Amino acid sequence: MAEYKGIMVYGEIVEGKLSSITTEILGCGRRLADELKEELSCILVGETLGDAPKKAIAFGADKVYTAEDPLLKEYQTDSYVAVMEKAVKDVSPRVLLLGQTSVGRDLAPRLAFRLGGTLSMDCMELSIDPATKQLQQTRSVYGGNARATFTSEIFPQIATVRQKAMTPLACDESRKGEIAPIKVELDPAKIRTKVLETVKEEVVGIKLEDAQSVVAGGRGIGGPEGFQQLEELAKVLKGAVGASRPPCDNKWVPDTMQVGLTGKIVTPELYIAVGLSGASQHIAGCSGAKNIIAINKDPEANIFKEARFGVVGDWKQVLPAFTEKVKELLAG
Amino acid sequence: MPLNMIVCCKQVLDPEAPPASFKIDSSSNKVVPPPGVPPVVSPFDEQAVEAALRIKDQQGGKITVLSLGNNLLRDVVKKPLSMGADELILLEDEAFEGGDSWSIANALATAIKKIGEYDLIFCGRQAADWDAGQVGSGIAEILGIPSVTVAKKVEATDGKAKVERVIADGYQVIEVTLPALITVSNELGEARYATLKGIMAAAKKQPTVWKPADIGLEPSQIGAAGRRAKLLKLFQPVKEGKCEVIEADTPAEAGAQLAAKLREAKVI
Repeated sequence: MAEYKGIMVYGEIVEGKLSSITTEILGCGRRLADELKEELSCILVGETLGDAPKKAIAFGADKVYTAEDPLLKEYQTDSYVAVMEKAVKDVSPRVLLLGQTSVGRDLAPRLAFRLGGTLSMDCMELSIDPATKQLQQTRSVYGGNARATFTSEIFPQIATVRQKAMTPLACDESRKGEIAPIKVELDPAKIRTKVLETVKEEVVGIKLEDAQSVVAGGRGIGGPEGFQQLEELAKVLKGAVGASRPPCDNKWVPDTMQVGLTGKIVTPELYIAVGLSGASQHIAGCSGAKNIIAINKDPEANIFKEARFGVVGDWKQVLPAFTEKVKELLAG
Repeated sequence: MPLNMIVCCKQVLDPEAPPASFKIDSSSNKVVPPPGVPPVVSPFDEQAVEAALRIKDQQGGKITVLSLGNNLLRDVVKKPLSMGADELILLEDEAFEGGDSWSIANALATAIKKIGEYDLIFCGRQAADWDAGQVGSGIAEILGIPSVTVAKKVEATDGKAKVERVIADGYQVIEVTLPALITVSNELGEARYATLKGIMAAAKKQPTVWKPADIGLEPSQIGAAGRRAKLLKLFQPVKEGKCEVIEADTPAEAGAQLAAKLREAKVI
């Protein structure tokens, strides 16, 4: 049996570039590989990869495996799992890291079951136990109410990593590394899905994930009209509007605005939670914010346990004056 | 064409219970069930039942619900029946306790093989207790059928399903051959309420109970004994909880003072 060695990162390419989560897990993978004194490899899969392999080296990889094929144009479970199964068996890393993204959350479990390995999804912390060289994986459980640390004696140990939980290395173009193409042998008959259409529901303005200020509304906003007021504040702050699950479920705002465990993870400087109780599932998506501000009429609301500053009161009366004052302060 | 559908539903501690009532017994690494809050069917699983019911409404079919655990409360696990599902099979035994994604998916897949005929299997995208998000894909892999995860809409025609899969900035429309496994996300929309007629019909139905031996599994393959992942520690993150609440004579005044406070603290 092959010896399991090294850390492998599954990299994603978004709009022709190495995605930010990929640079984050390369940063984390580099740290783990250095602790083990083993190699950090990155695997990139797609139709064409452009300069992404070189970037992966600049962000910390020692070796980049590339799998290019027209059949890999779009992510599909069957084709990507087949390519990854072969690559992981050939390289036999002790640890495989993926991002907790649309792709990662589909690819990782199917691959883990095929390889007979173990998997922890949406990890917030990863470390190597020096005695056993096993990966310890800490993730949020019970909707963010608790955390759990897992390990296993079965390799490869696979983990998906929460967005923005890890810090990338500075991009260093002078870093040296090896690029190794791997042969892709896919049988189109074995791909049992077909992507008929991709529909983007992009919200205009600053992307929620990138915004430095987020104004988020909850059930207490009461309807789509209220969100226009949050929009106004977001505009003043040059930020974006988010929501907890109830406004999305009630179709007051698009689903893409959902912040939380099953929505987007945001880490802005300022997160203003309005009419939002702060259920653990929601906090899981915004707990990385530098400053959480709460406006809620219920003094017992959980959001006040997360917030740095807050006002207890009806947001309809608090927010207009708050927005006006912010506008005045920023203008002055 | 009527379809045979299977939905996997997990009984979990109510995720809507107030966060303050959440307690961990660190000596056993287990959650202490909050007193007076009954367990529920995991919400994403309820929406998986809803996805199956919508197909049944359109073209008919049979929905078999499969739940795994120990001491399953009949009032809880029967809820999918009262919503309109046809049959309930319980994998119920002490030996099923303490499983991980691996041992749970393996037991469910083995039970599904015993059920035999199916066109579509539905699971929630993740369970509200461990949030692992692996069991659906795991069942599909063990059965050797295709899977589409995080669905918000599912339609079935001519031996295929058309699935809208949620992605970060929108969704993809994916066609998949049947039989297939679909995991369902909250974007599907709220699950229907049980009707009075449904509740009465469900009360009359007796679930089929399968023990490990009934699906040909040894106790060593299931529950805690069949785990591959080892839980080292379960804990609650420490919260500082130091919120400075701005108080003023009127809510509007408090709003204005909050803005001034943010400036003072160099937050804006």
